[in-house]
Amino acid sequence: MAAESDVAEHGMTAGEYIVHHLTFLQNKTPNNVVDFSVLNFDSMFWSIVLGVVGCFFMWKAARKATAGVPGRFQAAVEILVEMVESQAKGIVHNATSRKFVSPLALTVFVWIILMNTMDLLPVDLIPAIWAKIFTAAGHDPHHAFMRVVPTADLSISMGLSISVLLICLFYNVKIKGVGGWSHELVTAPFGTSKNPILAVIMGVLNLAMQIIEFIAKTVSHGMRLFGNMYAGELIFLLIALMGGAVSATGTGIGLAIGHIIAGSAWAIFHILIIVLQAFVFMMLTLVYVGQAHDAH
Amino acid sequence: MEVISFVALAAGLIIGLGAIGACIGIGIMGSKYLESAARQPELMNELQTKMFLLAGLIDAAFIIGTGIALWFATANPFLGQIANLPK
Repeated sequence: MAAESDVAEHGMTAGEYIVHHLTFLQNKTPNNVVDFSVLNFDSMFWSIVLGVVGCFFMWKAARKATAGVPGRFQAAVEILVEMVESQAKGIVHNATSRKFVSPLALTVFVWIILMNTMDLLPVDLIPAIWAKIFTAAGHDPHHAFMRVVPTADLSISMGLSISVLLICLFYNVKIKGVGGWSHELVTAPFGTSKNPILAVIMGVLNLAMQIIEFIAKTVSHGMRLFGNMYAGELIFLLIALMGGAVSATGTGIGLAIGHIIAGSAWAIFHILIIVLQAFVFMMLTLVYVGQAHDAH
Repeated sequence: MEVISFVALAAGLIIGLGAIGACIGIGIMGSKYLESAARQPELMNELQTKMFLLAGLIDAAFIIGTGIALWFATANPFLGQIANLPK
């Protein structure tokens, strides 16, 4: 209790500021790293809102689409759709699957770009508004947690990558059949043998390799997006601390200038990371689904 | 105190070693891209997409490392473990 009143009187220390910004608005604190009974309301809210916004604008573009001279917005959406479609054509060589996989890749791309772009909003803007609402509702402002970048939440990015894994497993069964896929699981990547004892040993080895491959693909897929966004958010927080030090002490014009320069530079570089990571996630989705179509 | 100084050193090593690897990787890939684009300029667009894809892949391990190192540096999880140790 003493510590909390201390914080209220003297403001936050740097560590407390960062920990406060990295705490989710959740129903309970997780007991350990994996705890499936925890719900992160802020990530869920922002990801669903952004998903609805993305769907709404794409639907609007599709509804107003004309065969004549397109407007600017329609042209932009057409460029996007054509880009995704041409990437899908190069990777997934199956026209029937592409009817589902190309829109999937487009959705993933647009959705992840929107979620990543939340990183470019000032780090304290939405948390400060939320703290005002939270206090007005009669709660303690020290518990007004809000994280606005859904992809900087491991639950969201791993959720996306596990959905991609499920789609890959579905296409493995659909394209190769249950028999064909089981045969591939025990014969690829090392091949098999005529000798029945050797064949069993090779089968176990192959199956182990396949399982490791699926786990590694899924974990690296989700962790890559999460790591990039988490590191980006943390660097924005550290930059914000520079400006925070100025407003807390009223001294240090160098820090204020440093804040503006570092913040702009990182934000500009971050635009590249935002689009690049969404693109990488989309491409890997296509590559993994494409691998499910390859017969060995 | 020891834990704090070791974690500070570890954070520096994580970022530094990761940066070496990622920079060498990006450098090699960039030079090869420029070489191949000079040889066959008609392949430039196709190669550029693949180069950006690979840049994202190469960067990922480094950025994840940086994120973890910054997490250690700002909110050290090992201090909590020490506090919980039986005396």
